[in-house]
Amino acid sequence: MVNLIAKTPCAGLLPKTIGTVTVTEVNAGQMTLLAPHRGQKKAVSDALKSAVGVGFPAPNRCLGTAPRAMWCGQEQALLIGAACPELAGAACVDHSDAWAIVQIDGADAVAVLARLTPLDLRATEFKRGHTARTLIGHMTGGITRLGAHSFEVMVMRSMAGTLVHDLTQAAENMAARALQGR
Amino acid sequence: MRLPCPICGERDRREFYYQGHATLLDRPAADADAGAWDDYVHNRDNPAGETRDLWHHEAGCGAWIVVTRNTVTHEVLGAVLAEKAKS
Repeated sequence: MVNLIAKTPCAGLLPKTIGTVTVTEVNAGQMTLLAPHRGQKKAVSDALKSAVGVGFPAPNRCLGTAPRAMWCGQEQALLIGAACPELAGAACVDHSDAWAIVQIDGADAVAVLARLTPLDLRATEFKRGHTARTLIGHMTGGITRLGAHSFEVMVMRSMAGTLVHDLTQAAENMAARALQGR
Repeated sequence: MRLPCPICGERDRREFYYQGHATLLDRPAADADAGAWDDYVHNRDNPAGETRDLWHHEAGCGAWIVVTRNTVTHEVLGAVLAEKAKS
């Protein structure tokens, strides 16, 4: 039988360390988009909670660690890192391998992202467990805060190269400024 | 310019697409006379003051919202989901 070799979206592009930030690819495993039918959100949340341990997230929030439920649009969320249970009240679409997800860590992570997104990333406004759908350069995507200097950035897989290019350029600019200021 | 999305909170204008006046929510009946359809499709006021527009939170949650703003002061006075708004 033919054994197919899976290629991750950012294969050959990451990891990178530039100045104070490191950019690494996140292999999220199985992902499913959940869209509860009208009036079914509570029932879907309860069913999800009993099956995988996380409920349906509120807007702009990410619940759990493994598995996670990440809000990703009006009445939509992504179940990440678990097989999708039977959910009678929701439309479920397999998104495994559909997203390019990268983690950016380091002291300048906020400064680097601030060059690419109009989102308010201040720690008082955008806290750990907060997620947002927003612009990343010219792309629409998602940003999730993992820690004080740690974020996850995701775009559709077809834009993996552009995402890495944009993050690299922003990080190189920040690193160059740090050198100049020395 | 920042717009207060009812779902996402205050966000940059770049995340939104502008559609036009909220009149668009008030579609005439299919058998309405030509005058009503002419008004719906073509005729708009050009107010100096408060106006209500439809915006799409294109790069965010995907919601259509009705934003109330002032064309003279550029003040943004509020926003509601289009599905809950009466034009």
